[in-house]
Amino acid sequence: MSWEIVVGIETHAQLRTQSKIFSGAATAFGAAPNSQACAVDIALPGVLPVLNRAAVEHAVRFGLTIGATLSRRSVFARKNYFYPDLPKGYQISQYELPIVQGGSLTIHANGASKTIRVTRAHLEEDAGKSLHEDFHGMSGIDLNRAGTALLEIVTEPDLRGAKEAVAYARALHALVTWIEICDGNMQEGSFRCDANVSVRRAADQPLGTRCEIKNLNSFRFMERAIEYEAQRQIGLLEGGGTVIQETRLYDPERDETRPMRTKEDAQDYRYFPDPDLLPLVLSESEIESIRATLPELPEARRARFIAAYRLSEYDAAALTASKATADYFERTVAGIGGKQGAAQEHAKLATNWVTVDLAAKLNSDDLAIELSPVAPERLAKLLSRILDQTLSNKMAKEVFDAMWAGEGEPDAIIDRKGLRQISDAAAIEKLVDEVLAANARQVEDYRAGKQKAFNSLVGQVMKATGGRANPAQVNELLRRKLG
Amino acid sequence: MLNATLSELSAALAEKRISSVELARLFLGRIERLNAELNAFITVDASLALAQAHRADRDRAAGKAGPLTGIPLAHKDIFCTKGLRTTCGSRMLENFVSPYDAHVIERFEAAGSVLLGKTNMDEFAMGSSNETSYFGPVRNPWDRTLVPGGSSGGTAVAVAARMAPAGTGTDTGGSIRQPAALTGICGLKPTYGVVSRYGMIAFASSLDQGGPMAKCAQDLALLMNAMAGFDARDSTSLERPQEDYGRELGRSLAGLRIGLPNEYAGEGIEPGVRRAVDEAVRWFEAQGAKTVPVELPNTALAVPVYYVLAPAEASSNLSRFDGVRYGHRAKDYADLAEMYSRTRAEGFGAEVKRRILVGTYVLSHGYYDAYYLQAQKLRRLIAQDFAAAFRSCDVILGPTTPTTAFPIGAKIDDPVQMYLNDIFTIPAPLAGLPGLSIPCGFDDKGLPVGLQLTGGYFSEAQLLGIAHRYQQATDWHLRVPTEAPL
Repeated sequence: MSWEIVVGIETHAQLRTQSKIFSGAATAFGAAPNSQACAVDIALPGVLPVLNRAAVEHAVRFGLTIGATLSRRSVFARKNYFYPDLPKGYQISQYELPIVQGGSLTIHANGASKTIRVTRAHLEEDAGKSLHEDFHGMSGIDLNRAGTALLEIVTEPDLRGAKEAVAYARALHALVTWIEICDGNMQEGSFRCDANVSVRRAADQPLGTRCEIKNLNSFRFMERAIEYEAQRQIGLLEGGGTVIQETRLYDPERDETRPMRTKEDAQDYRYFPDPDLLPLVLSESEIESIRATLPELPEARRARFIAAYRLSEYDAAALTASKATADYFERTVAGIGGKQGAAQEHAKLATNWVTVDLAAKLNSDDLAIELSPVAPERLAKLLSRILDQTLSNKMAKEVFDAMWAGEGEPDAIIDRKGLRQISDAAAIEKLVDEVLAANARQVEDYRAGKQKAFNSLVGQVMKATGGRANPAQVNELLRRKLG
Repeated sequence: MLNATLSELSAALAEKRISSVELARLFLGRIERLNAELNAFITVDASLALAQAHRADRDRAAGKAGPLTGIPLAHKDIFCTKGLRTTCGSRMLENFVSPYDAHVIERFEAAGSVLLGKTNMDEFAMGSSNETSYFGPVRNPWDRTLVPGGSSGGTAVAVAARMAPAGTGTDTGGSIRQPAALTGICGLKPTYGVVSRYGMIAFASSLDQGGPMAKCAQDLALLMNAMAGFDARDSTSLERPQEDYGRELGRSLAGLRIGLPNEYAGEGIEPGVRRAVDEAVRWFEAQGAKTVPVELPNTALAVPVYYVLAPAEASSNLSRFDGVRYGHRAKDYADLAEMYSRTRAEGFGAEVKRRILVGTYVLSHGYYDAYYLQAQKLRRLIAQDFAAAFRSCDVILGPTTPTTAFPIGAKIDDPVQMYLNDIFTIPAPLAGLPGLSIPCGFDDKGLPVGLQLTGGYFSEAQLLGIAHRYQQATDWHLRVPTEAPL
């Protein structure tokens, strides 16, 4: 019997603000414990929150990007619970009136596009961290993260299965980094997902009882956790059991989910509007001025790449995986410059280099494209040398390796290494004649129909020039001379 | 000097008839004599006060003196003071020293005033008698067996007993006006948002407002000029032009429309209170003011609404006192839950616990709509009542409290009776309106009676002007308490 796996995702995206959402303390990652917690973050008696408008702008950017309704008036509420890393004993969040309502995201999974509805996105503050090691039977509290601005993004249960869920999470990750509201660093916890998973026997049946899985800090874990959880629920139901609504924790070491708390011991958070903060009011002009700063969005850019550069769907998707990649690609194309109408040829070359050669280097050095030691303008210079036939592709790769190692401008490397390609027809012809004269046997073999003999002759010419002869010219000349 | 107003003291300092240091010594001496019995101050730091007085004298010598330079003040122990402990009347903060100053404290320091000490108060400002303080009850200088009112009872007694010429309080449901009335002094609760709450330990954030307490309306105006004003650190602070709260002190009363709510004349008002208030109203009429009957039909709901909303906010505001980062922490505990429960069981007194319980209850799932949400709706109706009333009058007059001061211990075990003492002071903060209490006579027992003036938003200067006129013709405000003679 087949089951449908239904998933909804809640994401906490840490907003890229210099200071915290309700205090002036800095938000940089990795500072010494409690060195970035001010009086407000520590919740000293008498301190009050003041809203950081930059966080609001980020939320508005997101809302505009997904075509959501932006609440002209939204309300901050207190979510009350006790925990040592929650200094006030409540978290300031948004409850009944979130800033972003509705909207949707398009994902591409299993060869098809699908629209995923976003229920809401609301602003809230992060808690601190409890450190349970190194304190001999006690816990340490680091409040550096306390008060960091978060946008919690909640979807409808529109996702079917782990693959779609991961495709959504990747698309959302690409989007929030694209519009520069989140740095997307999953290891540092800047982008954290929880998945609500349920199963049902058929699409027209009511939704099954769901479990929420926490602690999905990588796309890989998310996929495995959802797979595991769905199979666990199916096993339960097929064995005549029932699923209990609960929060479960994914343990990547054992590759399983474990119960954390059930609905029965769910806390009553006693939400109520925070009397220390006025309702958050957004004006039309504020929204419009934020809209004016939005970059071209991934879907639009992808369509433009296909139309303007004649890229394949596959290449366009790869080049718009992140804004940094798309920017790198376009800066490379622009850097090649040259004659009008050649843009498509340039784009094709740039596509190959960005998605293959550069991608391989970045991958092996575990670098983000923003940190590439070869700037797009330099890559463009290198590609120009291929286009003007100074370099063969093979020679270009050698130059690229040198550029990657920090040896400087491509032209300087070419000169230093003597890598300039020989395209002088007369010089090549002289060499070809010499090679033909010295290798009568291969000439005969070739004429007898042995293709391999031709390759050997090409190899001889290339060898004589230290690989610098223009291979196309060598091929052409040899063919002509051999009749 | 002990019975002088702030303007008189300011003049004496300016004319070098006394120095700031001498003035500080004078009041510190009076505190030394009376505080053991009256218990108005929790913390007095004479050396700090004298250091500030020396600085004030130096500033004056350098020609940098304002109206409050060198004036000693008593601040309620709810305002955080850097370097001087801030207890909020609670064991929870018995040894807490704030690393920063409250906005109000900063303002008075900038004005050159001298901090005599931190005054006693009901624990976390929860109480109407000053009996809930961890540091013991404050005694009323008109009769030491009586309460001074609360929660700002410490400042009220400090001013009434002439241990300080003036001071600060905070008002959530009457905590400035009620003790002012019960001790025969003046107290102003400003419009919500006029005085920054930054550094003022929160009880009920949507109601709390700091304000001045002094012998006369003119002094209140001087203090307001220093403490009011926009502060970006409090999101509910109102961004308005700086105003001179003394600008209406000379205004005539002719044509003033005084609203007399029927609801403020009902049962439960002691005859002595009623008589004194009626006499004051007749005096205003004699000055050319007109009285008009007004209706505040939702007045009876104010106390129940307040006792839903204030505890709801308090239950959340007081969650930060968990023993983790500062304040009291229980010594023995097996786990985290026990650390919380023991810390809070030991650190908080009975009234605070009662309000945390009530507040937690009314915010709980399944009760929120019936209590909290309903109370919010009624709060708006109460505000609308005032808006309607102020269409036909300029100021609403009535008693500040239904009774004069009551004996220590009389109501402490009956919270509802205690809460009803605030029946006339609770409506103004629910509507965010300013309210002023001034002395208007004595009852048969010789205890002071308070007259309450409630005005529209930002009418503080007008209220002070009206009160000043009255105080130019009467001397109730200058009477010295019988059990704290000069």
